[in-house]
Parts: sequence; C-alpha cells; structure tokens
Amino acid sequence: MSAQAAASSTRIAARTLPATLGFGTVVLLLVAIELLIRAGVINRYIVPMPTQIAGALWRIIAEEGVWDRFLLTFMEALTAGTMITVVGVLVGMLLYRFELWRRATETWIAALASAPTVLLYPLFLVIFGRSAWTIIMMGFVSGLPPVILKTIEGLATTRRVLVNVGRSFNLSGTQLFSKILFPAALPTIFVGVRLGLIFTLINVVGVEFLINFGGLGQLINDLAERYDLPGTYAAILFVILVSVCFFIFIERIERWLRPAA
Amino acid sequence: MAETGRLRATTVPRIPGNPVLLLRIAIIAALLVIWEAVAASGLLYRDVVPSLLAIGQALVKLLSNAEYYWNLGVTAGEVGTSLFIGGLSGLVVGLILGGSRLLAKAYEPYLYYLGPTPKIIFFPIMIMWFGVGSGSKIAMGAISCFFPIALSAAAGIRQIAPILIRVGRSFRANPWQMAVKIYLPAMRLPIINGVRLGLGVAIIGTLLAETKLSNRGVGFLIIQAYSLFDMPRMYAMLIVLFILAVGANALVGWIGNLDPSAGKRA
Repeated sequence: MSAQAAASSTRIAARTLPATLGFGTVVLLLVAIELLIRAGVINRYIVPMPTQIAGALWRIIAEEGVWDRFLLTFMEALTAGTMITVVGVLVGMLLYRFELWRRATETWIAALASAPTVLLYPLFLVIFGRSAWTIIMMGFVSGLPPVILKTIEGLATTRRVLVNVGRSFNLSGTQLFSKILFPAALPTIFVGVRLGLIFTLINVVGVEFLINFGGLGQLINDLAERYDLPGTYAAILFVILVSVCFFIFIERIERWLRPAA
Repeated sequence: MAETGRLRATTVPRIPGNPVLLLRIAIIAALLVIWEAVAASGLLYRDVVPSLLAIGQALVKLLSNAEYYWNLGVTAGEVGTSLFIGGLSGLVVGLILGGSRLLAKAYEPYLYYLGPTPKIIFFPIMIMWFGVGSGSKIAMGAISCFFPIALSAAAGIRQIAPILIRVGRSFRANPWQMAVKIYLPAMRLPIINGVRLGLGVAIIGTLLAETKLSNRGVGFLIIQAYSLFDMPRMYAMLIVLFILAVGANALVGWIGNLDPSAGKRA
C-alpha cells in the first residue's frame, strides 16, 4: 500500500514538476528584477518594480475604466470576428462550389494571408476616419483569408466514403451539403475561424494602439504618453492576460469540436 | 461506351487557352475598371480613390526618387538586424527546448501563448529601453520574429527521425558535429518555415513601429504621406511594399524548397 502511495506521489510530482519549474522561474525572475532595481543596478525610471506594476494593475482596473475599454475592444473584435466567420465561410463555400474561381483566386488569397495587411491602416484611416470602423475593418481584412482557405480545405477534404453514403441515400445537392459536407468540414472550418480570430484580435488591439482610439490598445498609448511607467507595464500585462485567456478559450472550443469529425 | 466518350469530348464547350489565366485577367481588368469608375464618379471623398493614372505617376516618381531608396535601405537594415537577433536567439531557445522534454513542458506553453499576442503594444517599453531611433524598431522586429522561429525550431528538433540521431551517436559525433551534421540539416524545413513566418512578422513589427514614431524608413514615409494626404504616393508605397514583402516571403520559401542533395545526386 505504501509502495503504491509512493508510486502515485512520484507520478504526481513528475506531472507537476514542469509547471512548477516554469512558474517558479517566472517568480524567481520577477524577484531578481525587483532586487536589482532596489539595488540600483536597473534604472527604476526605465523598468518599474514588479510590486509597483502589481499595484498599478489594481489602480488601472479601478481608475482607468478598464472594464468599459475591455468591452469596447471585445465588441470591436466580436463584430470583426462575426464578419470574418460569415463572409469567410460563405466565400469559401462559393469557391468550393465553383472550381474555376477557386483555382483562379486561391493563391491570391494565400498571398493575402501572408501579406502585411496591417500596414494598410493609414489607408483605412482615410476611408473610415479615426473611428471604430477603421479598427473593425482592419481586423476583418487581416482575419478573413484563413477562414476562406480553411473552409475550402475542409469541404475539399471530406472523406469520399461519407459523400458516397449521402449519394446512396439519394440526397439532393442541398441535403448533401447540409447533412454531409458541412458537418464533416466544421472542425477544419473552425481551425480557420480560430486563426482568423487570433489575427483579428492582434490587429484590433494593435490598431487601437497605433491610432490612439478605442479600448485596451488606446489605454497603453495613453499611459505611455503620460509617462505612467508602472501603469503602462500593467496595461500591457493586462492585454497579454486577456489575449492568452482568449486563445485558451477558443482552443478549448476547437478541441471540443474536433471529436465530431 | 467508347462512342459516348468521344461524343462527350466533342460536345463539352472548351474555352480556348488557359481558363484560369483568362479568369484571372478578367478579374483584374474588372477591378481596375471598377476602381477607375469610382475614382471618376466622385462618390467618395476626393482623392481617397485616386485615378490609376495618378497612382502610376506616383509609382514612377517614387521609384525614381533616391530618398525613397535610402529610406528603404534603412527599413531593410532594421528588418535584417532584427531577423538576425530575433532569429538567432529564437533558434538557440528552440534547440534547447526541443532537446529537453522537461524544459519544453516547463517553458514552451509561455512561448506558445505569448507568441500570438499583439507585439506592437510593447513599443512604448522598447522606446524607453532603446530610444526613439532604429534600436526600438529593431527590438520590435526581433521580439516579433523570436516566437515563430523558437517554436518552429523546438518542433523541428522533435520531428528528427531517431535513427539519424542513433547513426550520429554510433559514429561518436561530438555535440558540435551532432548539431552541424545531424540536427541542423534534418531541421532545415521547419527552420526555413520559421524564418519565413519570422520574416513576415519582423517586417510588420518594424514597419508598424516606424509608422508610430520615427523620422526615417518606409513606415515613416507612409504615415508622412497620410499626414500630407498625398494619397497617390501612399498607394504607390503600399503597392511597392506589398510586392517586396510577398517577394521576400516567396524567396525564403523557394530557398527552403531547394534540395541541397540534388547536386550531389546528379
């Protein structure tokens, strides 16, 4: 019994060791930075102390309207995310249906996916003005290509046997699409939506920062211009935490969808 | 059956030439016609959609301007330096993480989740650390390209066939020989892929930083054209920039697809 207990505790230790090591290193690093700043080795006017940043985190949440800013960024990302999903899946479906159009445009869409579209933001500023629509449209343009490409891929790589089963049941074109092709392609389509949402979020926050308008991105710009160092670091930390939570959330949804394939 | 086949072959209407190419030409022509029609209609605010002629003239003027090439050189230098710093550090970190299961489990989740966060928000910190000159732009590019290269290198080292490592060990290769003769050649494709991704984000990071705060580089010229509302010049610069970025991406991809053993085999 004691041997079993020892074995199970060893297993638990082996499982938790990497996470402990990773987290422990981060804590150690923060303690080292704190001590080096207190000792004057690192300039405190360039790098604020981690304890100051932690204090500023609560301050910006309480005083800088972080919740409203978060909601604004969330709504911008949600609008752009809905647009890339609807337009991307629709265009992907049409390109799958019309083979010639797909062959003519697929490489263009792939090139667009790797092109630095975010650099178009001055152009969007001119077209949409310094408004939420510039941010939403930038998120839309940058997140659209992966959704289109993955929708085409998902539909085109549906297992032949599934399509044949549908045909043997004499399904019409619409039935074949809604009962066989689309459900089978859904996990792959969601991979595209996940990638698209990541690009959208990056661009929404990035353009908010660049044009100094909107939610969380603007907060960083504001605090940096006020030379509120702990506040700037805290706001960056907050945005990173929000982004990471978002990535984990959509990754979980994708895993949940995958067994359906 | 043979008859039916022959009949089908003759009755299906065939478009002369390459239909894909023809459709592409038609799409481009349609887009250009729509653009010119919108430019001439005056529906949008003046100069938001300039005529193709104005953009063409601006393009010619831009490409014959020595100052533009100087700024392009500045940006290329910043991107190249950032790719060197970010790429080398990413490669080292990736090799270390890929070589140890414990270290990978401990630290790779941080890289994996930090990788897709918007890097431009670090720019205020980079300005404080490296100043408003080229240093902060290089730092932005380096941070941007570090993550994809580190993750690709870590994934690359894990996908090496164990037999190759065993062959190296059976020949008693030292760590340097193992790295140069076994690991790096076997990881060529993932590394090239990482560099390709890294180059793309390094270009974006550097140029965005230039548009935010700079007095030189292509990013600065684009935002200057925006401030002066010189739309044809801005379009011309964006066109050149997109061609260069897509071209650089394709070049790295082409280098990655070259088979180094092809010459030896021949």
